[in-house]
Amino acid sequence: MAVEKPTARFATAAWRERAEEALLPPFVALLVALICGDLLILSYGQSPLAVYRMLLEGTWGNAYGFGQVLYKATTLTFTGLAVSFGLRAGLFNIGGESQLAAGGFAAALTGLALPAGTPLILALPLCIVAAGAAGGVVGAVPAVLKTRFGAHEVIVTIMLNFVVLAFLNWIIAAKLHVPETLHTPEIRAGALPRLADMFPTFHGSAANLALIVVLVVAGAVWFYLFRTSGGYALRAVGLQPDAAEYGGISVGRVWLKALTVSGVIAGMGGINYVLGYKHYYEDGFASGAGFLGIAVALVGRNNPLGVIIAAFFFATLSQGGLAIHAFVPKQMMDVLQGVVILAVAVSVPEVRRVLRGSRRRSNA
Amino acid sequence: MTGGSSQAPTQARATSSFAIRMEGIEKYFGPIAANHDASLEVAPGEIHALVGENGAGKSTLMRILGGLMKPDAGRVEVDGKDVTGWSTNDAIAAGIGVVHQHFMLVPTLTVAENLVLGSEPTKNGVLDYAQAASSVQSLSAETGLKVDPTRKVADLSVGEAQRVEILKVLFRGAKILVLDEPTAVLSPPEVRELWTVLRRLRDKGDTIVLITHRLDEVVDLSDTITVMRAGGTVARIKTSETTPAEIARAMVGREVALSAGTRVASSAPQPRSNRGLEVRDLTIKGSRGNRVVDGVSFVVHPGEILGIAGVEGNGQTELIEGLAGLRDVSSGQIIIDAVDLTSRSVDARHDEGLSHIPEDRHRRGLILEYSIADNLILGVDKKFARNYVIDQRAVLDNAGGQIASFDIRPPDATLNARALSGGNQQKVVIAREMSRAFSVLLASQPTRGVDVGAIEFIHQRLLEARAAGKAILLVSAELSEVLALSDRVAVMYRGKFSVVMPASEASEEVLGEYMIGTKKGATA
Repeated sequence: MAVEKPTARFATAAWRERAEEALLPPFVALLVALICGDLLILSYGQSPLAVYRMLLEGTWGNAYGFGQVLYKATTLTFTGLAVSFGLRAGLFNIGGESQLAAGGFAAALTGLALPAGTPLILALPLCIVAAGAAGGVVGAVPAVLKTRFGAHEVIVTIMLNFVVLAFLNWIIAAKLHVPETLHTPEIRAGALPRLADMFPTFHGSAANLALIVVLVVAGAVWFYLFRTSGGYALRAVGLQPDAAEYGGISVGRVWLKALTVSGVIAGMGGINYVLGYKHYYEDGFASGAGFLGIAVALVGRNNPLGVIIAAFFFATLSQGGLAIHAFVPKQMMDVLQGVVILAVAVSVPEVRRVLRGSRRRSNA
Repeated sequence: MTGGSSQAPTQARATSSFAIRMEGIEKYFGPIAANHDASLEVAPGEIHALVGENGAGKSTLMRILGGLMKPDAGRVEVDGKDVTGWSTNDAIAAGIGVVHQHFMLVPTLTVAENLVLGSEPTKNGVLDYAQAASSVQSLSAETGLKVDPTRKVADLSVGEAQRVEILKVLFRGAKILVLDEPTAVLSPPEVRELWTVLRRLRDKGDTIVLITHRLDEVVDLSDTITVMRAGGTVARIKTSETTPAEIARAMVGREVALSAGTRVASSAPQPRSNRGLEVRDLTIKGSRGNRVVDGVSFVVHPGEILGIAGVEGNGQTELIEGLAGLRDVSSGQIIIDAVDLTSRSVDARHDEGLSHIPEDRHRRGLILEYSIADNLILGVDKKFARNYVIDQRAVLDNAGGQIASFDIRPPDATLNARALSGGNQQKVVIAREMSRAFSVLLASQPTRGVDVGAIEFIHQRLLEARAAGKAILLVSAELSEVLALSDRVAVMYRGKFSVVMPASEASEEVLGEYMIGTKKGATA
């Protein structure tokens, strides 16, 4: 090589590239979404600035709105982490929708089964374990079918969504519901305190301590992926299964683990609604959050921190849609979500190529 | 043509005597100069060898010529016209055809379909397969590049796939052919065949640029040689006026021992024991139920190198994968140090002392998106973990040590393996496999696509391992390598060992006959 003692410079170059890879696509996506949003708002005859101000005031601008963003971001972080955990192993888990529902259902059953007055310190772990186990079971089915019979996990997880959701719908409708509703009775134990209980300013918002749980889970996922031998093997399988096999890693076992754990994480997401918000399981509570987790994982580049940021972003859009409804239809936010997802999908390799070109010129 | 064609007329007269003229080429990737003051002048109708170590900038220079990259500075002329910064389409239209080191064929399509891809002949809007096949057939006959147009590319041997690659560029009317390491994967008869074809093309008036590491080839075939080092051009020599030693010196900038071709004396007679690698009646079935490895038995003793020669696709790959635990065996036994490992996992084989340099470092040997440090613990990561948590400091320390002792460049443990040149990637694999505790080493194409300096280095390591009492099974497409390193040589032909002989009795001629199957012998 032409440069003699380049260690330090290479190190910074490598880090810069990594930071770019993580941060640039979401940034560009945001920019593109903003421009599209401007055009849409203008087409409604409104001022983009006014609408965006409204959006920010309705979400980050007051405690209630911010609390709602926190609440929505919590579920999205769970499902986003679940999808990204699978993607790190090269697997696409589209079953977040039903895993989340199954987890919520199991948490509610546990909360119902425990005697009233069970201390939270006991009830919470039991409910979380039940939620995770239920999600894990749903996640393990495609895992087993894939490793045993080579069935593609995308197909199986999609199909399983229908099966599981229909099954839960039947149980609720036929056995467990409170008359005139489609939800279970209220749980007797395991209810999580809301933020409003501690900080009255959050009054009315659904934000609750599940958000602490999700931060712990995100930290654990990061640690597992990047600091343990299991994570080393999992990412190796995701990047190059042939090389992983050569290195003595059992690819099938990693797949089994990755999809099951992915299901566990999505399942645990069920506590946010059931333990933290409504205190009962309601049919259809998970609707959309599982699928949106895919977008969160993509925008977050499968990095736990990135997933948290992306979850906040999508939660803001979703809550913001309600805030600006008076000016423009809230469906505009769905359009923007779609734009963001598309922009991220497109921008990843493109942006980097452009940037590299400019850097080379400046060095030459 | 694009880019500066308005200036072309004035330049045309001055430089029209060259088919390719590249001058003062600069190309940077971040802080790394891939090309720095690189130049190339190729006369029409000659075979021009472009040589240099891995990472010397040959491939970058050719990518610039082929329009895959734009230079940061410098000037490119083809047939006297300034074409600096042109596109791949321009380059193809101007008759430049690049045959890449890694094949760019669609494996599920037939040979003919691959060739006509992008310019398919149609009849009533449907692919006219018969016409495609017949035009391929005639080009095949005309050039001597024999290959059946109706076969699927996935079923071809590497040598055949290469022929298809060359046919593909000729089919698109290439007059200037660039071949990147064309012989890296070929057996000697296939190489000879390729030489005949290239000479024929040159005599027809085509211009050929040959990128290669192999000095014997350079001297054998080329008319003129350009030597590159560290991104720049250091010499331009007439082949008739130079020697391999002189070229090697120009390439690495110092004297090198050309070990290939000279026998390294085998050490003292080995003690016979039940240690080492023993294979009994091993049979491996291929995807179509055929016996790709057919009842092979052999022993590799500690302190011995058994070399396997043979034309690619005679079962060597499957044999090594079977031994490494990456492929199911139908029958037979694999025994390492008296332990039967036939049905044990890859991991268990590692633990029993098996080390493996795989033939394909991009697919098997490395995780390209992992850092050098992380690649250096693939398969040995358990040793760097306590309670399943990897000790990052130990991983980086290990990498620092390996980078120093195996001279991996650039010396940055956090760099992704993908960013390294082929030779340095191979050094990472070799560093990892040779520094773990092992008693048996499977070395499959250990120097494929690696430069002279690195080849010397790798050979030295293999000989050191032998001296340290390791049992080494070497598979190589390079006959000279097999002959130079092995104590005994086996030839694999259609899934069987057609002969096993002491290396002292073997020569390229003798082995060549066994390799193409005209001679069959007893196993010694």
